[in-house]
Amino acid sequence: MPPSLRRVAALLLRQFYLLRSSPTRIVPLFSWVAIDIILWGFITRYLNSVSHARFSFVPAMLGAVLLWDFMARVMQGITTAFLEDVWSRNFLNLFASPLSVSEYLGGLILSSIGTSTIGLAVMVLLATVVFGLSFFVYGVTLAAFVLVLFLFGISLGIFGSALVLRFGPAAEWFIWPIPAFISPLACVFYPLSTLPVWMQWLSRLIPPSYVFEGMRHVLAHRGVATAQLAIGSALALGYLLLMARAFTSVYRHAVRTGLIARYSAESLT
Amino acid sequence: MIQAGSPTKSAEPILAVSQLSKQYGSVTAVDQVSFAVAAHEILGLLGPNGAGKTTTINMILGVLEPTSGAILIDGFDLARRRRQALGRTNFAAVYAPLPGNLTVAQNLRVFGLLYAIPGLRGRIETVLAEFDLLRFRNTKCGVLSSGEQTRVALAKAMLNQPRLLLLDEPTASLDPATAREIRAEIRHFADRTDVGVLWTSHNMVEVTEVCHRVLFLSHGRILLEGDPRTLPAGQGRDTLEDLFVAVAREPLTIRTDRED
Repeated sequence: MPPSLRRVAALLLRQFYLLRSSPTRIVPLFSWVAIDIILWGFITRYLNSVSHARFSFVPAMLGAVLLWDFMARVMQGITTAFLEDVWSRNFLNLFASPLSVSEYLGGLILSSIGTSTIGLAVMVLLATVVFGLSFFVYGVTLAAFVLVLFLFGISLGIFGSALVLRFGPAAEWFIWPIPAFISPLACVFYPLSTLPVWMQWLSRLIPPSYVFEGMRHVLAHRGVATAQLAIGSALALGYLLLMARAFTSVYRHAVRTGLIARYSAESLT
Repeated sequence: MIQAGSPTKSAEPILAVSQLSKQYGSVTAVDQVSFAVAAHEILGLLGPNGAGKTTTINMILGVLEPTSGAILIDGFDLARRRRQALGRTNFAAVYAPLPGNLTVAQNLRVFGLLYAIPGLRGRIETVLAEFDLLRFRNTKCGVLSSGEQTRVALAKAMLNQPRLLLLDEPTASLDPATAREIRAEIRHFADRTDVGVLWTSHNMVEVTEVCHRVLFLSHGRILLEGDPRTLPAGQGRDTLEDLFVAVAREPLTIRTDRED
């Protein structure tokens, strides 16, 4: 195995050891998303029974919740793996080794793929078996939806990690509300046109808004909004590159100022 | 007692530090420091708290960017060939314990992969045996005593058989018997491999016993350099500890004949 892959594997292995030995780390991987699916599953059932709408709320709302929670899990997969190094004060040991920033981020991303897949599997199981959600209604565009949300979830996770690296362990509390902060602009439950014009402009800067607009487009049997999805994908990729660059820049600042070596101090002033 | 003899000098130093400085705003933490560590040599970096020892070590470890100067590790410029330079380096410090939520063996496996060590399984067994850690293999590092944690940190530091070994107060939390064993182990390692060791300690008896040469740092500058067994007499002091106190309290009274 090439040395670079070994270093990425080291970070994955560390995460595996931690998960294997700790139920407190495993349970949150699926518990909150499972509760969300159950809650929204019953809400959609109720809405179906009282609205007499000519469409089912299950794919429109429960599907949206599932995809949104997947994105949040991807983000948290990155930030939780990063925070393990914060909590164990491990930066000095890690960054005094041959590990590069890109390898470190690669390890966080692969860890997140593993942990978010567990959450996704539980959500899919509950949504399909208990509430009858069928993914066939989205067609092949589902893969594009998942990809865009996955890329954007990674970007958010790297952004959150960069915030904590820059402002110290206490900045951990900036991370958790990030999905909630973005959700009004992501148009998870309502069409873009519901928002005031100025918010629509902001919404167009956020890749998930293209996913959820596209999802409603498909469910309304208006075909696949290919151009919109392409914009969403390009934006998601752009954010990923931007956030990776931002993390690298924050890391360099930490090395320049000595913050990496004295991380628990949070700042050097 | 072990006594440090003369190291076998090779042509190229393992560590070459040249005109190294670190400035924090108006404060100069390290000021134009130059020194080298040869293969088989144990160099003591001494000085009072705040003298710039840990800052110097952090710059050599690549976790602190120098304001100016160059660091060459085994011929690799740390600024340009970071991966190659740090792949030949390792360290142990009391302020950098390994993650307490992993077992000894898990930590060694993770760091062994980070350093891309060939034959990792066998190497882990070797360092576990060398540092008397076999019985703690499956114990989480966080529940070990501070002395045992130090031994784990040293085992991790030896894992990649580094060319350059940085030890920041490696025996600070060890009982005298274990400290002696550890010193002997590191001396043995330095004698039989082409390693250069940079060692900081506030235990002057230990430094005299282990180090071939010492550098005294004060206010970020190298004040003195020499053999720890002959240097005190040259400065009119009885012991290395007396010399240390003089450097800490009255650095201006020290005769500095070193040329950087």
